[in-house]
Amino acid sequence: MGNASQELQRLIDFEMEQGRENMDVSELLQKPYDPELAEKLYDPKQPMKNRITDIGPPHYAQFFPEVIKKNYGKWLKHEIIEPGVIKYTAESGDVVFAIRCATPRLITTDTIREICEIADKYCEGHVRWTTRNNLEFHVTDEETLRALLDDLKGRKYPGGSYKFPVGGTGACVTNIVHTQGWVHCHTPAIDASGIVKAVMDDLFEYFQSMKLPAQVRIALACCLNMCGAVHCSDIAILGIHRKPPLVEDERINGVCEIPLAIAACPLGAIKPATVEINGKKIKTVRVNEERCMFCGNCYTMCPAMPLADGEGDGVAILVGGKISNRISAPKFSKLVIPYIPNEPPRWPGVVKAIRKILETYAHDARKYERLGDWAERIGWEKFFEKCEIPFTEKSIDDYRLAYDTYHTSTHFKWTIHTKKFE
Amino acid sequence: MADVKKHDTPMLEELKKGPFPSFVDDIEAKGLKGKQECLDLLGQLELSYKHKETHWKHGGIVGVFGYGGGVIGRYSDVPDMFPSIAHFHTLRVNQPASKFYTTAFLRKLCDLWDNRGSGMTNFHGSTGDMVLLGTKTDQLEPTFYDLTHQMGADLGGSGSNLRTPSCCVGKARCEWSCLDTQAICYHLTQEYQDELHRPAFPYKFKFKISGCPNDCVAAIARCDCSIIGTWRDRIRIDQKAVRAYIHGELKPNAGAHADRNWGKFDIQKEVIDLCPAQCMWLEGETLHIDDSECVRCMHCINVMPEALRPGVDTGATILVGAKAPILEGAQLSTLVIPFMKMEPPYDEFKDFVDKVWEWWMEEGKNRERLGELIQRKSLQEFLRVTELKPIPQMVKEPRSNPYVFWSADEVPGGWDRDIKEFRKRHAA
Repeated sequence: MGNASQELQRLIDFEMEQGRENMDVSELLQKPYDPELAEKLYDPKQPMKNRITDIGPPHYAQFFPEVIKKNYGKWLKHEIIEPGVIKYTAESGDVVFAIRCATPRLITTDTIREICEIADKYCEGHVRWTTRNNLEFHVTDEETLRALLDDLKGRKYPGGSYKFPVGGTGACVTNIVHTQGWVHCHTPAIDASGIVKAVMDDLFEYFQSMKLPAQVRIALACCLNMCGAVHCSDIAILGIHRKPPLVEDERINGVCEIPLAIAACPLGAIKPATVEINGKKIKTVRVNEERCMFCGNCYTMCPAMPLADGEGDGVAILVGGKISNRISAPKFSKLVIPYIPNEPPRWPGVVKAIRKILETYAHDARKYERLGDWAERIGWEKFFEKCEIPFTEKSIDDYRLAYDTYHTSTHFKWTIHTKKFE
Repeated sequence: MADVKKHDTPMLEELKKGPFPSFVDDIEAKGLKGKQECLDLLGQLELSYKHKETHWKHGGIVGVFGYGGGVIGRYSDVPDMFPSIAHFHTLRVNQPASKFYTTAFLRKLCDLWDNRGSGMTNFHGSTGDMVLLGTKTDQLEPTFYDLTHQMGADLGGSGSNLRTPSCCVGKARCEWSCLDTQAICYHLTQEYQDELHRPAFPYKFKFKISGCPNDCVAAIARCDCSIIGTWRDRIRIDQKAVRAYIHGELKPNAGAHADRNWGKFDIQKEVIDLCPAQCMWLEGETLHIDDSECVRCMHCINVMPEALRPGVDTGATILVGAKAPILEGAQLSTLVIPFMKMEPPYDEFKDFVDKVWEWWMEEGKNRERLGELIQRKSLQEFLRVTELKPIPQMVKEPRSNPYVFWSADEVPGGWDRDIKEFRKRHAA
């Protein structure tokens, strides 16, 4: 493992003793990819022949840059020297600069090869991704840092967008975490990559600067399944359906377990039914449409109950959630705009709504105050007033534990919703 | 130009504009070099933009022999228009903990994926895997053989099994990390390969490991078992650096607010007054912390990183039950173990996990997450099966209703009573 710190070496040695098979894959990686090897090894008639299973992921430490290995567990301090560049200093005096770039997450192997080319040229062949789909290049001296930043600035796609825009640190809008949308999912109410592109284009200045009161985490999930876990984001873009599922009587028996479809509904709105088709009695289901909350869980369980609808589907905006335990406890995002229609290709309604919320917050909040903490301090009634968002009954909870969100005191503020304070 | 067919995509063309990286430009360029799948994907996406509806069919069970997860079946519902993506399955490849790579690994993965699939990826999926986006059924086994034989890599989780664990950058690069996040992540992933590859659970189960309460992997919101670093001794203070912050020689919050004039740094207003525990004060220019009152929120450390550091007696706070809304509503994880040392071989933690899984597999309904089971059966029941002692740290406040489920053995004489004896004392 080269010159790993004692602390790291101890962890490596422990896993070596467990007999892990992929502690060091460097020899494997030195060999060029053999496009015919699998066909030689795999025999469909004897599927266990030559099969390697349950080796798990390769051990992480072999992918660390030298400076990371050497100073593992011995970092002393860090400083954001400019947007997107963090300087870390170790007890040894060693320094590493992390250069953070946004990616659209959905990238081709050609882009990954270009990343490799950059990493080979400046970073001794190492690169890292963050949880929020940012890239991080690591260099150990100022001169290489400047050369790398210059290089990254010049790399653009034919349409003019930056391939590797630097930013996403400190009090900024960092990269949006998002789901698949229409690019590759079967349950979405909205696209993901297109909306992310449109929103990030609009907020690009906030990605490349640190002038907000605190960090603003935006996330997108293209349906209520929330693979993107947007429920604790400063600003959440959520795809919603608004029409109950269709029921495909002719097909439902072949593709669904009817009891599972019935059990899938959290509101008990799906009931067994029998219909007659071409003189034959067929078991199917019926939906109590009044009760449907459009969660789509029935469709997840049963392909014969589709919900998607071009006119019905669209975006809900939730705000004020957070993950970090800093100052206040982690909290959920709250629904403030119940519906904005799908407007491909650039979703102007969504883009405008988010900018308004972000700029009102940026103007109004105190230093270190997250969006949700700001809204709580001024009161949600003031939030709606200041952001010029009409308050509707859709923002009043009527699901489980709804009562927890009702106001049970005489404390409130005078806003446009009451008689205005003069 | 290679022999490929580009579709007319006027709406997607609009997504080439603007400064943020354009996925359309990237995918189109790849397509024009000879990957028809890329052009067909954009063609189908354009159709979705027109219809405002997805054109991917529901599911389809595909996989590799012996595994019950790691591959997501996907089929186009307009295969005649876009035949190269008629079958377009996803493989989840388990990422190395905290997502450092060598270019040797990435280049070989690119060669593999250009040969076996569409050349499109998600780096990374929400849970953390490298996602290889789009291939045909007959390429699944060869891709798996390539991964295991040529890369030393393996598939991640999907379906009702352990999902691929993930973690923050931890001690590899962060001075705040109280845990060896990669080591814990790697160890759990390796120890539970069977649970990860062969679905035996009521539903998905996720582990995420964050090194400190800043929680950079969002463990507290996203996973059934959140492992979050903390400490139980004193915050380390460098009083010289405190004075340097007071006198404006060091940048507050490591420079995170540098692009706006927030005025002169005010330690009272920006640190002491914002402390949620109100456990700090200044005497002259010396900062004092009553560590016994500290809740370890990280704010003071975040603002003055060169003056303050987490303590040295470090470990993890364990919380359970977070999930997204489907079905019972979103949940954050609930604190159940305030502090646990997390050192190899992690036996105490694995014993806890065994008890949790045993209960959940016994009692959990189909597609019921751990957090929902705890809601349905009660936190008390969870504590009984995991042999944890109830402590006030587990609740925000005590219950306000009096509906306690007393058991017979808690009441003198139990519940066996005689109505005749009762009536001897009380006429009907």
